[in-house]
This record gives sequence, structure tokens and C-alpha cells, in this order.
Amino acid sequence: MAWLDNLSATQQFVLFSAIKIACVIGVLMPLFAYTVMAERRISAWIQDRIGPNRVGPFGLLQPMADGLKALLKEDFCPGHARKIYFWLAPAITVIPALLTIAVIPFGSKLGNQSMVIADLNVGILYTFGIVSLGVYGIVLAGYAANSKYPFLGGIRSSAQMISYEIAMGMSVIPVFMLVGSLNLSAVIGYQTGGLFSWLVFKQPLAFFIFMVSAFAETNRFPFDLPESEQELVGGYNTEYSSMKFAMFFMGEYFNMIASSAMMVTLFLGGWTLPFFGLDQPATTVGMGLLHIGIFFGKVIALLGLTIWVRWMWPRFRYDQLMDLGWRRFLPLALVNIVITAVILWMRS
Amino acid sequence: MTMQDLMFYFFAALTLLFGVLVVVNPFSRNPITSAMFLVLTIASMAGLFVLLHAFFLAAVQVLVYAGAVIVLFLFVIMLLDVKEEERRKLKLAGLITGVAAVAAVLGIFLKVFSLGRTGLAANAAAAPLEGGTAPLGKLLFTEYLLPFEILSVLLLVAMVGVILLSKKDLR
Repeated sequence: MAWLDNLSATQQFVLFSAIKIACVIGVLMPLFAYTVMAERRISAWIQDRIGPNRVGPFGLLQPMADGLKALLKEDFCPGHARKIYFWLAPAITVIPALLTIAVIPFGSKLGNQSMVIADLNVGILYTFGIVSLGVYGIVLAGYAANSKYPFLGGIRSSAQMISYEIAMGMSVIPVFMLVGSLNLSAVIGYQTGGLFSWLVFKQPLAFFIFMVSAFAETNRFPFDLPESEQELVGGYNTEYSSMKFAMFFMGEYFNMIASSAMMVTLFLGGWTLPFFGLDQPATTVGMGLLHIGIFFGKVIALLGLTIWVRWMWPRFRYDQLMDLGWRRFLPLALVNIVITAVILWMRS
Repeated sequence: MTMQDLMFYFFAALTLLFGVLVVVNPFSRNPITSAMFLVLTIASMAGLFVLLHAFFLAAVQVLVYAGAVIVLFLFVIMLLDVKEEERRKLKLAGLITGVAAVAAVLGIFLKVFSLGRTGLAANAAAAPLEGGTAPLGKLLFTEYLLPFEILSVLLLVAMVGVILLSKKDLR
């Protein structure tokens, strides 16, 4: 690898970052496809149906058939739509979801490269900033379609996402009071050494509020009021077809993956396991790969939980949703901050 | 000219360009388009903050302004009659006050600039410019505690006022 050593530090940084980005996207795409697949199979299992099992062995090639179908269908743009926003909205939905993943440490080390695309010292603030941009895709989709149901979906979504962003932001503050840093690698470092140093055991209330708010932020059941098939015929994506519709789907699942990854990092110890010394940065390549495996295992477990929740709970009513966000979660999160502060103050 | 200078001019030009497009967009008089260009203006300003190593400010800029305030703008615009705004002609009084306001800001800017760069540069060298979250928090809760508290009281007053205005029969 002599040519590698000849490169300057900046060039190496650019090269390795590009490789990491390519690998992460290369993993995310199949993960998205098979999360959709898993969703369909699990929903079928819960509702005592069979589900998609025709394409390939056990229906495993179904995502490819779906993708091909989305590409080949007619891409219809209604005459009364606002064209520019109608084209932009699906892209604006997907991009923030992808950008969120950039700061999440998905493994410890391979060689001497740390397995995170951008190790920012304001990691979590960056994430919240990007997540808060996610609302534009849906609002603009609702506006661009220029008809009642999408519009109502867009309005609902903007109110819902802003409300739950506040509860979500407040719920993680105790975590950072304990850790003393906004850097996500530091959060993982804090959670090493024993199962009970995982923040989910130290801050169970914060974890619960964060998880429920994450469901609301990603417009998943039981908070999928912006879509709400029965009242709004699909909400913001009513007028969309073919690949543009598929991109909204992609955005939703990328958001799910990103929020699961965030929960794993903040509360479930990230790439660490408290057994066999797996909570120390890897020294060999095998250990590094194992850490990446552990991280994705945890993410997949949380994705499974998200899917299970969707098919187990009925949808909230809109006033109940707002009530839960503003009058239950926000005060609870504030109380949690005060209690954590008092405990930290007593200890010091 | 270093990479950093190039990036500065790039983001500064973008900020100005998008800022102009917010107010005088030759292609569209749609308020939604203006709001979206305001988002882009703020995003480019966040880029400028990053170049100053003020990562916290950059993140908060995107989080608060782009993520929350302008979403609320959009929310309000969508509930209003947008067509009326598109039909509205430019009024002379509006034009005069607008130009006067811009001229006043420009005057202050030039005044500051003519004070000489030596004073500014000396100050900048004295203060640590690394905008980490921890030093910022320490400063807010020690040196700038009073202004910080006054600001939060001001926000509280504004909030109470809004509640009072929106609920007419408050009894």
C-alpha cells in the first residue's frame, strides 16, 4: 500500500470518507428493501395472512420486483399541480434521512479508520437540525399537489413534526447531562463497562419519550396522521405515482433506519456489547467487523420493534396526538431534566 | 487565496443571492417560494458559521430557523390567501420605507467599517473564536447570565402575550 502512504492527510481523509459513504449507502439500500419486505411479511403473519411469497425462494426477490414496478409505471403529474415543488418534494424527503446517518458511529475501528463518516463535536445538534428539515418534503408535497387531501396531510404533518421535535429534543438532554459531551462517539464511550451503564437503564423515561417521538417524527403508526388512509386517502402522497411515490416510501424507511440507529447509539450502547471485552475499540479487523455486525443487529432488532408496533396499535386521533406531545411528554421530559440535574448536583 | 477563503466567498455569494431572491424574485411572486429561498439563505449562513468554527451556532441556526421558524412561516402562508399576495402590486410607500431601511443598515455597516480594522482585529485576536458548546455554555451562565435571563423573560412575556391575544374570552 505504498501509494496510500504517499497521499497527503487531506487526500487520505477524502478517499476514506468517500469509501465509507459508498459502503454506508451500499448497506442502506438493501436494508431499506428488506425492511419493506419484512414489514409486509410480519404484517401478514400478524393478520394471519400469507404475504408476498411468490418471487424467488420464500419471496426474497420481492423487493426487486417492487423496485422494477416503481420504475416502469407511468409517472403521472396532475395538470393542476405546482410542477417544480411536485418534482422537488420526493427528493427533499430522501436527502435529510440520508444526511442524518453521517454522524452515527456504526462500528469502532477497521485498521486505524474510525467507523463514522463525520465525527462532529456537535453530533446530536447536527442530527436534530437535519431531522427538522425533513418536514419540508412532506409539507411541499402537500402544497404542490394543489388538492384538498394532500394539503390537509401536509398541514397535519408540519404541526405534528414540530410538536414532537420539541419533546424529542428535551428527552435527550438528560443523556448529555450525564455524558458531558454532544459527540456521539463520547456517548458510546460512556456506555462501556457493564450492561447497566447503557443509558436505557439509567434514563428509561428519556428512552421511552425519545422512541415514541421518533415514531411520530418518522410518521409511523400509531402517529401516521399525515397519511391516514381512511380520512385523507393517503395524505401528502395521494397525487404521486411510480418512482416519486417510491421515493416517499424510501424516505420513510430511511428515517426509520436513521432513528433506530440513533436510539441504538444514544441508549443501547452503539456498537458495544458488555460481554467478552466487546466494549473496547477493536484492534483486529475481525473484531472491527464484529462491532459493525453488533451495531446492525441492534438496529435490525429496533426496526422489528417499529414494525411490530405499527401492526399492534390503532391510530391516534389528532387531538390526542397533540395532547400527548404537548401536555404529557413535554412536561415529563422537563421533569426528567430537573431530576437528573438534582441527582448530579447531589453527587458532585 | 486558500481553500477557506474560496469557501467563504462561495457561501457569502450564495447567502446574498438567495437573500435577494427572497424579496425580489423575477420568476415568481409566490410567498412559498420566498420562504423556501429564506431556508436556503439560512443554510448558506450556517455554512459561514462552520467556516468560523462556530459549529454550535451553525447547528442551532439550521435547527431553529430553517427547521422550526420557517416551517411555521409556511404553515401560516398556506392558511392565508396566497393568490391575493400574488396579485398585489408594489406600493410606493412600501418601496420608500424598504429602501430607507436598507440604506440605514448600509449606513451603520459603512460606519463600522470606517472605524478601522485595527480595533476589530485586536478584539478578535483576544477572544477565543472556537465556538464549542461547552465554552459557550460557560460564558452564557457566568459572564452573560443577566442578558441571558432577561432574554428568556422577554420570550416568556411574548408567549403570554400571544396566549392572551389568541384566547379572547379568557376567564
